[in-house]
Amino acid sequence: MSDIVEKTLTALPGLFLQNQSGGPAAAKASFSSRLGSLIRGITALTSKHEEEKLIQQELSSLKATVSAPATTLKMMKECMVRLIYCEMLGYDASFGYIHAIKLAQQGNLLEKRVGYLAVSLFLHESHELLLLLVNTVVKDLQSTNLVEVCMALTVVSQIFPQEMIPAVLPLIEDKLQHSKEIIRRKAVLALYKFHLIAPNQVQHIHIKFRKALCDRDVGVMAASLHIYLRMIKENSSGYKDLTGSFVTILKQVVGGKLPVDFNYHSVPAPWLQIQLLRILGLLGKDDQRTSELMYDVLDESLRRAELNHNVTYAILFECVHTVYSIYPKSELLEKAAKCIGKFVLSPKINLKYLGLKALTYVIQQDPSLALQHQMTIIECLDHSDPMIKRETLELLYRITNAQNITVIIQKMLEYLHQSKEEYVIVNLVGKIAELAEKYAPDNAWFIQTMNAVFSVGGDVMHPDIPNNFLRLLAEGFDDETEDQQLRLYAVQSYLTLLDVENVFYPQRFLQVMSWVLGEYSYLLDKETPEKVIIKLYKLLMNDSVSSETKAWLIAAVTKLTPQAHSPNIVERLIQEFTISLDTLMRQHAFELKNLHQNVGLMKSLLPVDKSCEDMVVDASLSFLDGFVAEGLSQGAAPYKPHHQRQEEKLSQEKVLNFEPYGLSFSSSGFTGRQSPAGISLGSDISGNSAETGLKETNSLKLEGIKKLWGKEGYLPKKESKTGDESEAPPVPQESVIMENVDQAIIKQDHSQILTQSKEEKEKQLLASSLFVGLGSESTINLLGKADTVSHKFRRKAKVKGKKSEETTSTHNMACSSFSSLSGVAYEEDYYLNTLQDKELKKFSLNSELLDPESLTELPLVKKLSDCSLSKPSLFADNNMEIFHPPQSTAALVAKEISLASSLLEETTEYIHSNLMEVCSNETISMFSYKIWEDDCLLMVLSITNKTDSELKSANLEIFPAEDFKVTEKPGCCLPIMEAESTENFQYSVQMEKPFTEGNLSGFINYEMVDAHSVQLEFSIDLSLLDFIRPLKISTEDFGKLWLSFASDVKQNIKISDSQAALPSALKILQQKLRLHVIDIIGNEGLLACQLLPSIPCLLHCRVHADVLALWFRSSCSSLPDYLLYQCQKVMEES
Amino acid sequence: MIKAILIFNNHGKPRLSKFYQKFSEDTQQQIIRETFHLVSKRDENVCNFLEGGLLIGGSDNRLIYRHYATLYFVFCVDSSESELGILDLIQVFVETLDKCFENVCELDLIFHVDKVHNILAEMVMGGMVLETNMNEIVTQIDAQNKLEKSEAGLAGAPARAVSAVKNMNLPEIPRNINIGDISIKVPNLPSFK
Repeated sequence: MSDIVEKTLTALPGLFLQNQSGGPAAAKASFSSRLGSLIRGITALTSKHEEEKLIQQELSSLKATVSAPATTLKMMKECMVRLIYCEMLGYDASFGYIHAIKLAQQGNLLEKRVGYLAVSLFLHESHELLLLLVNTVVKDLQSTNLVEVCMALTVVSQIFPQEMIPAVLPLIEDKLQHSKEIIRRKAVLALYKFHLIAPNQVQHIHIKFRKALCDRDVGVMAASLHIYLRMIKENSSGYKDLTGSFVTILKQVVGGKLPVDFNYHSVPAPWLQIQLLRILGLLGKDDQRTSELMYDVLDESLRRAELNHNVTYAILFECVHTVYSIYPKSELLEKAAKCIGKFVLSPKINLKYLGLKALTYVIQQDPSLALQHQMTIIECLDHSDPMIKRETLELLYRITNAQNITVIIQKMLEYLHQSKEEYVIVNLVGKIAELAEKYAPDNAWFIQTMNAVFSVGGDVMHPDIPNNFLRLLAEGFDDETEDQQLRLYAVQSYLTLLDVENVFYPQRFLQVMSWVLGEYSYLLDKETPEKVIIKLYKLLMNDSVSSETKAWLIAAVTKLTPQAHSPNIVERLIQEFTISLDTLMRQHAFELKNLHQNVGLMKSLLPVDKSCEDMVVDASLSFLDGFVAEGLSQGAAPYKPHHQRQEEKLSQEKVLNFEPYGLSFSSSGFTGRQSPAGISLGSDISGNSAETGLKETNSLKLEGIKKLWGKEGYLPKKESKTGDESEAPPVPQESVIMENVDQAIIKQDHSQILTQSKEEKEKQLLASSLFVGLGSESTINLLGKADTVSHKFRRKAKVKGKKSEETTSTHNMACSSFSSLSGVAYEEDYYLNTLQDKELKKFSLNSELLDPESLTELPLVKKLSDCSLSKPSLFADNNMEIFHPPQSTAALVAKEISLASSLLEETTEYIHSNLMEVCSNETISMFSYKIWEDDCLLMVLSITNKTDSELKSANLEIFPAEDFKVTEKPGCCLPIMEAESTENFQYSVQMEKPFTEGNLSGFINYEMVDAHSVQLEFSIDLSLLDFIRPLKISTEDFGKLWLSFASDVKQNIKISDSQAALPSALKILQQKLRLHVIDIIGNEGLLACQLLPSIPCLLHCRVHADVLALWFRSSCSSLPDYLLYQCQKVMEES
Repeated sequence: MIKAILIFNNHGKPRLSKFYQKFSEDTQQQIIRETFHLVSKRDENVCNFLEGGLLIGGSDNRLIYRHYATLYFVFCVDSSESELGILDLIQVFVETLDKCFENVCELDLIFHVDKVHNILAEMVMGGMVLETNMNEIVTQIDAQNKLEKSEAGLAGAPARAVSAVKNMNLPEIPRNINIGDISIKVPNLPSFK
């Protein structure tokens, strides 16, 4: 150290002397002297302010120099170096950018190099000036001078505008064949850069990458490994064929076949080895066959790596990583585990760190390894290096369970209190909260841990943490008393915390407190609401509390006010804040004031402990109808939704408004007054008559519904609330249509819509109150599903999820027993079987109403029959037989009646796919085809016994799949399969959650005559298209639904001339995608379909020359995208 | 991929900064400051790895640094780089600097920023390790210097002469010839420790 200082000191005067003399020694000297004096000036300064002044001076003199016409390129080069220095110190030198480009353009080699350097340091990829550089780069790439080519390649790999890649791509591709290997290497890396920023543009040269991999020069090969590492990371399956090559290369490297030139501390090409090991690890992941190819070389690597230098440890570490990534081999794992031991026990701190990292990585596969090193791990917990501690905590995080949670969390909290870096806190706080929610041993511990999380994590932590915590408190677990205790404990602990004087809690923590106190103070026995309010009031008067938190606080006060008996403090608060300067607070205070004057109303609005219940909002705003009607009668323009207005603006040929969904108001409004089905489409919201609004509230209003106070009080459920808003409109509309129909139908209709939005708990709760008895199951079912989405609530999810499974399985049993009644007689004919089922279901439903055939002209009745048609789909999950015994018995009777007739008909009403062979062997073969029924997908599997002997204990099983539910139709277990006979099995497949591609897999096993058991596996592909059905609705309903859907996708696709006519295009869509063509208006067509069980999707298409404009709308966000993709596919194919 | 290479002295004065990922000017300065702040607090007897701060891109990134006398060499890398590999790459870089400048010191880095950048460009290109062989790097740098000097010397000469030099190819070192024992054994750099 002292040497350095000495050297610096002795060197300085010499340098300055040189500068000052500035004599004829060289122009170069004067050059560096300028830089020298600048640096000397800076080092002499004592304050940042002086430095700034000096640099500004320097910059202004530089500015003058670079823009002076007399400045030579050589001087320019000197200026650039000084500019680089200033930029590095963080001062803006943008005036010099253009001159850097000029220098790169015009200078000789030396100057050009500085120019390029300055450009690559000053500019970034998307800088506009970079375009000026493209020509220079192109010129230099074509130069015969190697140095120029190298410089151009370097600058290309550092910064190059993406849109200009085509200009240089062919030139760089040529360089792959260059005779000098340094050029080839740089060209490979430049292409890698292109692959990173624009993968599509270099797709065609993938074959050339392979050539680079086989290059005779090792350096070029090593460069190409960068590309392969990247591409294999993205998609390992495409490069499995290269495994052999990589293994061979690694073998040669490990075996010392490379020139000694490549040795580093007598280790052959260590960086190359590391790269290759990483690639092999990616290739061998979960792939036994590929992994087997590399076992030998990995073994060799582990053996060869003699631990004599740092870099051998690097190789060893990669080796261990690879061994644990690929398909396991016990021998290698053993050796790797030993290596990890060497790392962990090493006295060198770097190696210890990596050892912990390796342990963290393998701990899930081999927990015993952690036990082996437990003492070391415990030592590391108290290590002086915080990085080692962090890594140890990371390791502990992976092995946390219900037994060790308290200790581990304690350690984490200790570390948390010491650390100051924000990212450490954010990261650790998230982990603690996750673990605490998962494994909390008791309430007190949980609340205290979360208190620590909130007070330390404060305002930097992820907002999900407080939100999830509040949700957990509000929704509770399964045990109501335990929930109450948890809440009570939370309230008590917060009150104690608030009692402490002069402590500042983070805003988020205060928000959590205020919500909990507002909701659950009623659980307190001793303290009255007044006392709580007084505490909240104190906080409200505190200046350090942010206005957002104050809004939370006042919301809590509002919730507590109806419970309080002597509201003096509230009145004082109201007085205080009605004159507040903060408008938000004033607003809240006025609301509180008005509510406070009507305690009865307030109590009903803010009931106790109802935070999880949902409110019903009259989304149709029917109470405004009178106002609207008045306005309309006075000639006001009807309200048009935003998107409709925009569309009208966009379309020029809009003189005559024949838009399908934007039917002109006067006509539709007119019909709307006459028929109950017609709602004025132009103004869907205001169109609802007061009467329908009333009706709706009557039928929907539920007990215990709570209007929540403001957005703050409602925050934990904010997401679902927004979802609710988008879903809300269909309800009133549908109910209006159904208005004068039988009450039962209204109910069915509601429930149909409700199943559409499965994820939404509110809706499900509504359904549960509509179907008494079904309610509890269906809510549980839903909770189970919702919970799979949010991981944090695992405790609860597990229990509830199980329950729902049980209930559904019992349903299924019931279902199959029912259908077996009819199934017995017609075992042979699966067509008939299915047809019947369908036929009579329809029949039984329609028979209650009207004859559907005779009235199909009328749109209303059409709608009705649609409803009843889709009814089975709605109950397929819930099994209406169980919940509606009378109906189902009726259906059974109807079944018997219609059996005869359907037997006679023997027609195939449903479209079905061709017969496909699924699997076969010498004894049996199995075929399948799909029947696209109205309400589900029916898979028919037919198994033929090809031998002349019978097969015993034959059994067919389908594995459960997560995306869909498979229900067996009767008689799937056949103990004996007779010789040369064919058996048919039917499975109805219901989609549980949307997926694009899935498959149904299972196995069939049977016993041969010699008691030899055989099992045959099979798998059948399913696509979302299998669950798309036409949705038969009227143009009017289309218009209504169109407005109510939020998910929206638009796309123009080119069509060939033969398709140019709209009808032919629609025909294709109808045939291939099973969309229902509702109407054709001019050059526009309306189509609709539904995704089973009942998610509708609407399509509006318009033909314009050779462009087909498709516009999808649906309540489900992913459906439009998927359908659009399918549409494009079928239009291209045809 | 290497995201950034930073060199600063014990007082946090930047001596070299090279970013391979797009950051705004302000962010670059913040990264330098934050990195110095993180690295300078570390004792001598702790590991050479650090988690990257929020600015450089979160938990996927690591700072790998070495401290030589007055200078910190810091490489910010993502998870696709090997920690120990990079640690040795820093050593290679420093040894190369030492060879090119003959006992390199902090002043060399200040006065020959462009040269240091050139050396770095031969080692790391676009965030990817290009060359790890010190001799190869030195050869390339020497060859380029020679060519440039000759061109600079010829600056006033007739254009024909210039173009003749320009068309001259670099001398190429045959890489597959066994040169014998030239493997580097420079455990500690005299000028730095």
